[in-house]
Amino acid sequence: MKTPLVLRVIAKLFFPLILVFALYIQFHGEYGPGGGFQAGVIFATGFILYAMAFDLDQAQRVIPPSLLKILMSLGVLLYAGVGFEGIVLGGKFLEYRVLADDPVQGQHLGIMLIELGVGLTVAAVIIAIYYGFVGRQRQ
Amino acid sequence: MEELLNTVLLGLLVITGLAIVRMRSLLAVAMLTSIYSLFSALLFMVWDAVDVALTEAAIGAGISTILMLSTIALTADAEKTPRHRPLLPLIVVLATGAALIYGTLDMPHHGDPRAPIHRHVAPTYLHDSPDEIGVPNVVTSVLASYRGYDTLGEVTVIFTAGVGVLVLLGGRRRQRNRGAKP
Repeated sequence: MKTPLVLRVIAKLFFPLILVFALYIQFHGEYGPGGGFQAGVIFATGFILYAMAFDLDQAQRVIPPSLLKILMSLGVLLYAGVGFEGIVLGGKFLEYRVLADDPVQGQHLGIMLIELGVGLTVAAVIIAIYYGFVGRQRQ
Repeated sequence: MEELLNTVLLGLLVITGLAIVRMRSLLAVAMLTSIYSLFSALLFMVWDAVDVALTEAAIGAGISTILMLSTIALTADAEKTPRHRPLLPLIVVLATGAALIYGTLDMPHHGDPRAPIHRHVAPTYLHDSPDEIGVPNVVTSVLASYRGYDTLGEVTVIFTAGVGVLVLLGGRRRQRNRGAKP
């Protein structure tokens, strides 16, 4: 079953825009609305659109399911790792002030890193769930 | 103006909800729940909760609709006509609804600045966040810094959900592929 041409062209057009918008939401979350959670979802939507318009196999060639498993655990590990890094540097768990010389800079760094962890996990989990559902349909 | 928007959007939510109840085609219900989420997102926008609106639009209107549609593709696309009379469920729903509405009578009005939730830790966050965290979006500083434990828990929940779905849906297919390959 091939998707209609119009859908494929539009999907191709929107795919990079969605990814850039996701990155904007991810790294601009401190200044505007958004953050890792929303960014991860939007990033995953981009890939789901790609997989729907083209083919699941083509999408899985870009992000194979095995990579997703690594990415989704990496996000949680990054988040928890930032927390433990705070302990190592003499603070409390998830205390970002100690991450840099300046407390406010440390907060910025900590928030950016944990939001990245959230984004990674959310995007990977949602793409994995989509792969799971769609892969099931083809049997 | 806000009053009017609230009325229109809440009215549209009620209409969508009623349409969902009356529909038998699950495909249409999935699309209507997506529309319901979009109206909720607009409502959150009107209430200045842009972060929540963004999440609602992305999750409620986007991802969950896709997951609903995938599930419908796996199962059936029409709801079975119920064989029993809807009288007892209707009574239960009405009683629960009445109890819930009775419960809201004691609650402070929507957006009341004197509500307990706005006087507990929120003033401290709003006051200290610019100096302590230095992040313009206070929502981010609450979520990521003040409430970092909670967010870590949420990420772990999402991770667990992903692992659960992979165990349920992902495993068998891979085994079969492995078996098929020489």
